[in-house]
Amino acid sequence: MTDEPNIIAFCCHYCAFTAADLAGTMRRQYPTNIRIVRLPCSGKVDVNLILQAFLDGADGVMVGACEPGGCHFIQGNLRARKRVDYAKRLLAEVGISPERLEMYYIAASQGPLFAQRATEFTERIKQLNAEAAAQAEEVAQEASGEAT
Amino acid sequence: MIVAERKPFDEVYDFARRHAKVLVLGCGTCVTVCMAGGEKEVGILANQIRLAARERHDTIEVAEHTIERQCDREFFDEAVSRKIHEADAVISMGCGVGVQYCVECFTEAIVYPALNTKFFGATIEQGEWAERCGGCGECRLDLFGGVCPVARCSKHLLNGPCGGSSDGKCEVDPENTDCAWQLIYDRMERLGRLEELEDVIPAKDWRSDRDGGPRKVTREDVKL
Repeated sequence: MTDEPNIIAFCCHYCAFTAADLAGTMRRQYPTNIRIVRLPCSGKVDVNLILQAFLDGADGVMVGACEPGGCHFIQGNLRARKRVDYAKRLLAEVGISPERLEMYYIAASQGPLFAQRATEFTERIKQLNAEAAAQAEEVAQEASGEAT
Repeated sequence: MIVAERKPFDEVYDFARRHAKVLVLGCGTCVTVCMAGGEKEVGILANQIRLAARERHDTIEVAEHTIERQCDREFFDEAVSRKIHEADAVISMGCGVGVQYCVECFTEAIVYPALNTKFFGATIEQGEWAERCGGCGECRLDLFGGVCPVARCSKHLLNGPCGGSSDGKCEVDPENTDCAWQLIYDRMERLGRLEELEDVIPAKDWRSDRDGGPRKVTREDVKL
């Protein structure tokens, strides 16, 4: 894991994706390591899609969805909420911190909020990566100590 | 259908880590419908094993495959046969029947169960399944207005209810379990057949259930 984490953002076309676009239009800075995947609805987020992202090298996955009551498809965001919660449990089972997955409600008009959430999440993943690296080093030192 | 749910991940991973290459084998029938062991669940479990192996520095190659049914020999075709032979072990996401039949079809293969098989049940709503049949071998639903006391009464009482029925609920789990005999009474009342419940149902011959040993059905007329 490098200092700059790989972050995948699954964004609903009707809200978070438009918000990300708006953030750019408003010239709001957010970390460049975020890779946005546009989905027709956050309800398209599947548990295995999230697991696959981690398997393919993502350090963190964020899901951008419409606010409750604001889903273009009525309740896709509520379904996404349940799937993200389930995926967090699956990640915990395999030993990946569920903190590496987060869902945010971001309306299309909230460009600055997208930039803020993207920055916060990136900081969180950097922190988790640093903790994981420190832990790995500790284990390696203990192993080399036992060997000598 | 047969209703099952996935075993805790650690238990399944403990099977996988004994081998260098495993095949996660799904079943496209009952366990697909109850969302425990179909193609989608195979993908999730396979990816979980891959991620866990990466996190724990184990080396496990994971293959995936799903067949229509693991309880029918004809569906163990050439493609799945090749994958089973290429793998060191199979993690079957079929029910208990599927796991055993996979072993019977591939006698050399090591086959582990990834599911806990629960019961014969119905889909109450998406994500909720409930027991409806005990497979007792001698169906008497005709006597009880179509509500089975063998499967749905905690005591399997044929002449109920017992004293544990309260406000239509069973004392075993008053929060979640209806008293089967309350359901039978309500149903028979609606059908205008209440007086039939005064008949004493004679003791059932349980030899048709598992008490008579493992069961088998043979139909000479349809054999090839």
